[in-house]
Amino acid sequence: MSEPLIEEKAAVGETQLCVLRRGRGQPLLYLHGELGFEGWCQWHEALARKRTILIPLHPGFGRSQPADWIMDMRDLAAFYSRFIRERKLAPVDVIGFSLGGWIAAELAAANSAQLRRMVLVGAAGVRPPQGEIMDMYTVTARRFLTRCIRDPAAAPEFAALYTAAGAAPQNQAAAQWEAWEDARAATARIAWKPYMFSQSMPHLLANVTALPTLIIWGRQDEVVPLSAGQLYHEKIAGSRMVVLDQCGHMPMIEKSAEFVRAVQDFLE
Amino acid sequence: MLLMFFTERAYHAVPEDEVFRLRSFFGVPNRFFDPKKGAQLLNEYIDEKILCDEVGFDAVMLNEHHGTPFCMGAVMDVEASILARATKRVKITLLGNPTPVVANPLRLAEELSMIDMISGGRLVSGFIRGAGSEQLFNNANPAFNREYFDEAHDLILAVWTRPGPFRWEGKHFHYRFINPWVLPLQKPHPPIWIPGLISVETVIWAAQHGYPYIALATVLKPTLELFNVYAKTAAEQGYQAGPENFGYLQPVLVADTDEKAYELGKCFMFGGGFSHFARPEWMFPPGYNSKDAIHRLAAQAANPNLPSSPFQHDPVNEAEVQEMKRKLYASYGDWQKQGQVVTGSPKTVVRKLRHILEVLRPGIFSFWLDGPLALQDRRNCVRLIGNEVLPELREIGKELGLEDPFTRKPGSVLLNGRPHEAVGNAALLDTPA
Repeated sequence: MSEPLIEEKAAVGETQLCVLRRGRGQPLLYLHGELGFEGWCQWHEALARKRTILIPLHPGFGRSQPADWIMDMRDLAAFYSRFIRERKLAPVDVIGFSLGGWIAAELAAANSAQLRRMVLVGAAGVRPPQGEIMDMYTVTARRFLTRCIRDPAAAPEFAALYTAAGAAPQNQAAAQWEAWEDARAATARIAWKPYMFSQSMPHLLANVTALPTLIIWGRQDEVVPLSAGQLYHEKIAGSRMVVLDQCGHMPMIEKSAEFVRAVQDFLE
Repeated sequence: MLLMFFTERAYHAVPEDEVFRLRSFFGVPNRFFDPKKGAQLLNEYIDEKILCDEVGFDAVMLNEHHGTPFCMGAVMDVEASILARATKRVKITLLGNPTPVVANPLRLAEELSMIDMISGGRLVSGFIRGAGSEQLFNNANPAFNREYFDEAHDLILAVWTRPGPFRWEGKHFHYRFINPWVLPLQKPHPPIWIPGLISVETVIWAAQHGYPYIALATVLKPTLELFNVYAKTAAEQGYQAGPENFGYLQPVLVADTDEKAYELGKCFMFGGGFSHFARPEWMFPPGYNSKDAIHRLAAQAANPNLPSSPFQHDPVNEAEVQEMKRKLYASYGDWQKQGQVVTGSPKTVVRKLRHILEVLRPGIFSFWLDGPLALQDRRNCVRLIGNEVLPELREIGKELGLEDPFTRKPGSVLLNGRPHEAVGNAALLDTPA
């Protein structure tokens, strides 16, 4: 890690967005999930050798200001469409995880010309044909996180990010909890009902005709069932799908090496 | 002084261990609910309120909760409608309709208008945000809870007071043709009271509107602090807050002797009582609390959602359930000492309540009766309060100058530039009852 993680403010309309950046080369936009940016991980580091990773914190998530007018996921996607246009990023490569995957899919459905390649990881946004998206609002954030991963013991990075918080100093744990509460509230504003999916998404994906798309899923994903990934695969013309065995909702942390290899192969 | 009666209309036929196992009334599976038993209880609770009307209470209070044996009153306006016709004198006090979860303010305004008319203008219409768990049960987005509440309030007042037809295009509510042919009998509209537990924001909001604030069984010292937050806000609005602006609710059990009342009073602890109303993760859904409140909560080590919190609510085994129960009932003496439950013969209860009235100086006092109590003990409690406690409290109310919202209009004592006075009597806080 030679370069520091740079934090910048970027104005999108009246909203000050906090954008994290590290790496070199062509930009790679990472859209984080419903509990906020998890922290700089091995997979970021690996991809940052050849790419500049851009991580905007979604409006209302911690250090990014909320935007009162954003009341559903399509609003948020339109917000990011403006961000991409004004930062002259288009066409940009994007990786979206969980809620961030839903944003990416909305962006693609609305104007796929803004994207060069898209990676969806355990993406929300469609109703799974089998099973339901796990409701994070009836459990604590901590319990939700532990269900995001199939085997915490086999993923030391997960422990470093989350479970170690239990042993962290009180103020640090409190700060993490506060960030989760911000994230949960900001997510509720746009994804409360129906929870974490759009009824129209499978139909809108017909607009995505020429966007190279990679769909990565953990076979044992308890949060967004695999069938949702299969639906994305079916609806996005020409998409590729990689299903990782013995893996839950967070392949990039649980199967970091396989994840990085798949993404690198796809992007290059 | 206005004297009121309240009960949650609980379903106590639920196995208590189920509540302990879940550490929550909310969410106990409804396979334990028997509609035959429920029907009997709901009718008993209605009869009890009619009895309150007969024995001299000034008001009966209703609330509503969802998805919990803690309270079967899932639609309080249904019960209020029956009481509107079946009672003669009492104010029918709704504390309150959870406007964000009802989510149809126009319909609510119509229901309340009908209740006011049928009762001959006896409705007191409170509004609340709804507990956190209600947002989950009703799928009302907690992130917009405060916005729903504010807009629903403004809309209901408009429905009641603005000549129709008119159109409403708000942020969350949209109506193309508002022109109801039912309007409140009371003008300009029924009194509005606001109940609350701990939310400072709610207290300030109530004071800004001049609505009486009813503290729901909160501990005396923080209650008085909140009352003084109200008084300070009232002063900013230009009026002196007084007893007419405040109410207090307290669990009270009266029996023929102190000993019997002490024993019966344990019924308030059933299932852990209010502390097991709902698990913390259900009480604090996303965005329900303000950012300030979240920041305050984050600093508390006991916060259940905190990663380092000992409260993780893992499933508990049978032995742990029994241990939790044992510990809870062993703490009954502390509940008594802290005044969380007031029990005794009529004479004892008058003495204990006098202390509360002296400290808080509320114009409204509500008795709260709950728990798995035999019907004859409940009825006896209500009669003893009516016949022996209420007359004494009325005298104390006169002696202490406890005006209520019907004898002195809240917000009518204008300061005209004078500094405001603190409310209540903090000096008496540490004096034993």
